[in-house]
Amino acid sequence: MGNVIILCEHKNGDLVKQSLSAIKAGIDAAKATSGKSFLLLIGSGIDKAKEAASRFGADGVITVEDASLAGYTAEAYAIAAFEAVKSQSAGLVLATTSAFSKDLFPRLAVKLKAGMVSDILSIKTDGGKIAGFTRAMWAGSMVADVEVSGDTIVATVRGTAFAHAEAVSAASPITPVSVKIDQGALKAKSLEVIEHKSTRPQLADASVVISGGRGLKGPEGFKIIEQLADLFGAAIGASRAAVDAGWVPNDLQVGQTGKIVAPNLYIAIGISGAIQHLAGMKDSKTIVAINKDPDAPIFQIADYGLVADFAKAVPELVEEIKKVK
Amino acid sequence: MKILVTVKRVSDPEAKLKIKPDGSWIQTEGVKFVVNPFDEIAVEEALRIKEKQTGEVVVVSIGEKVVTEQMRAALAMGADRGIFVNYTGSYDSYDVANILQKVVEQEKPDIIILGKQAVDDDMGAAGFMLAELLGYPQAAFASKVEISDDKKKAKVTREIDGGLEVKEVELPCVITADLRLNTPRYASLPNIMKAKQKPVKEVTVDALGAAVKPRVTVKKLTEPPKRKGGVKVESVQDLVTKLKNEAKVI
Ligand SMILES: Cc1cc2nc3c(=O)[nH]c(=O)nc-3n(C[C@H](O)[C@H](O)[C@H](O)COP(=O)(O)OP(=O)(O)OC[C@H]3O[C@@H](n4cnc5c(N)ncnc54)[C@H](O)[C@@H]3O)c2cc1C
Ligand SMILES: Nc1ncnc2c1ncn2[C@@H]1O[C@H](COP(=O)(O)O)[C@@H](O)[C@H]1O
Repeated sequence: MGNVIILCEHKNGDLVKQSLSAIKAGIDAAKATSGKSFLLLIGSGIDKAKEAASRFGADGVITVEDASLAGYTAEAYAIAAFEAVKSQSAGLVLATTSAFSKDLFPRLAVKLKAGMVSDILSIKTDGGKIAGFTRAMWAGSMVADVEVSGDTIVATVRGTAFAHAEAVSAASPITPVSVKIDQGALKAKSLEVIEHKSTRPQLADASVVISGGRGLKGPEGFKIIEQLADLFGAAIGASRAAVDAGWVPNDLQVGQTGKIVAPNLYIAIGISGAIQHLAGMKDSKTIVAINKDPDAPIFQIADYGLVADFAKAVPELVEEIKKVK
Repeated sequence: MKILVTVKRVSDPEAKLKIKPDGSWIQTEGVKFVVNPFDEIAVEEALRIKEKQTGEVVVVSIGEKVVTEQMRAALAMGADRGIFVNYTGSYDSYDVANILQKVVEQEKPDIIILGKQAVDDDMGAAGFMLAELLGYPQAAFASKVEISDDKKKAKVTREIDGGLEVKEVELPCVITADLRLNTPRYASLPNIMKAKQKPVKEVTVDALGAAVKPRVTVKKLTEPPKRKGGVKVESVQDLVTKLKNEAKVI
């Protein structure tokens, strides 16, 4: 078993908080297998991110910096990541599951001729070796024990399944790796990134998530639950039905084919509780459901269920919480 | 324009699944199977591109003979012909990519569209692995696809964390379909009948010269611990009291 490389994500120059899950998983796996752990950062303008990355007690930070990597493309980043991984004898390459790693890691796996597993829930080690992983299948209705053969394994890590790495006082050494990227040969370029403007926390980072479904009847319904979200500094989530209807952006979808969250408090409003939705939120600490149908399946997993019309209950809830907060 | 599109046979997302007694896999008896929903979206997009550009839509399915049922469903939607890769062993996404690479080398499509993920294994890897094997650019999680007038490029809007990205890729390319790319059409009865006559070529993995050796193997399935439901509260006040005093989240 070789070393562990953890690819970290950065945004606007800062290390992305979600990466802390993969960092924790990777540093622990390296310790259990007597390997070394390296955090990898790719891009340009990443001084702050690499400084932050050097504070988690990894054996080193590897950077691939080049102006040609300023805008992300899977094609260019796969080349950069491949060179960085090769610079160490890596046996395991990790990143937290995200749109970025889902796009990039399969390409990287092929470059490395490595088996790849997505969205792992745990890493099993045995006798100082990686013995296998667990991961969810069929919308989380099954957990699979999987084995991966070969010298190198590539895996994405479910953010909610691992604790966040904590900062230590000693700084890891930072080593640059230089990579030549021929932009012309990539056949791909990013033309534009359109960010959804929001002052709310990202779904994955929020300790409270307020989600709405088809029962909210339209974008106006989401306006109502936003008042509740304001009280908690919460992120807004949605069922696929609400996303499908175009009431909220796609990246707010919680579930099997959207985001997986496990906040301290999850409030599902006008959501029936289909298994595909539960797959994305059933590990939340406290779950509240507000639904006008007393038989809605969501009540079978909610800690607190309120049978009510959201249009009446949510404004009331806002007032009551204001009283006790 | 030639478009290659993949169709995987998966258990119906609505189905209640049980694990085999030996834990090796799910019980498939009595379970309904359907086209992977993201592949349906991929087929629809291929048809729309063809309808604008003229050309041909070729659908590929890998697996045992039964997968041709789902392939027929794609043909009934309007795909022109099928390639059935007969393979009965286990496989991972890498193997799928290896097999598809050989099919692409024979068929030389301009665009390959896959689903962003198969909803049984939830792996989401085959499309991008294929792109890398072929040295093609990729556009993942597509919600809009526009082909340039000279048919040399595709401008693809993709769903990413926190927003959208517009990416330009040269053809040939690999695209993976996300939820909001389109709404798949229903196959009409006459088209379902017609689909039975459409040509389907059967090939084997050996004849294609594809290497299949799963790196990833499922050893055992278990059901995750069930979350226990709690209580129904009587009123909004009751809820707030419990959230404050019991759950301590306010
Ligand atoms: C392959 C696949 C993947 C999927 N992935 C996902 C996923 O990632 N995430 C996801 O969420 N879904 C996903 N789905 C869809 C999922 O199966 C459900 O269809 C979806 O979650 C339903 O959304 P909903 O609960 O908002 O709508 P519905 O099921 O229509 O439920 C609406 C609820 O609102 C209640 N309601 C109505 N009016 C009011 C009111 N005035 N006040 C209070 N309550 C009210 C109703 O009683 C009902 O329970 C997927 C489906 C498939 C096939
Ligand atoms: N057996 C198969 N036959 C045809 N296409 C497949 C098969 N397995 C996977 N695919 C395609 O690859 C995509 C991603 O699969 P996966 O990597 O398993 O999530 C699916 O949406 C399908 O389009």
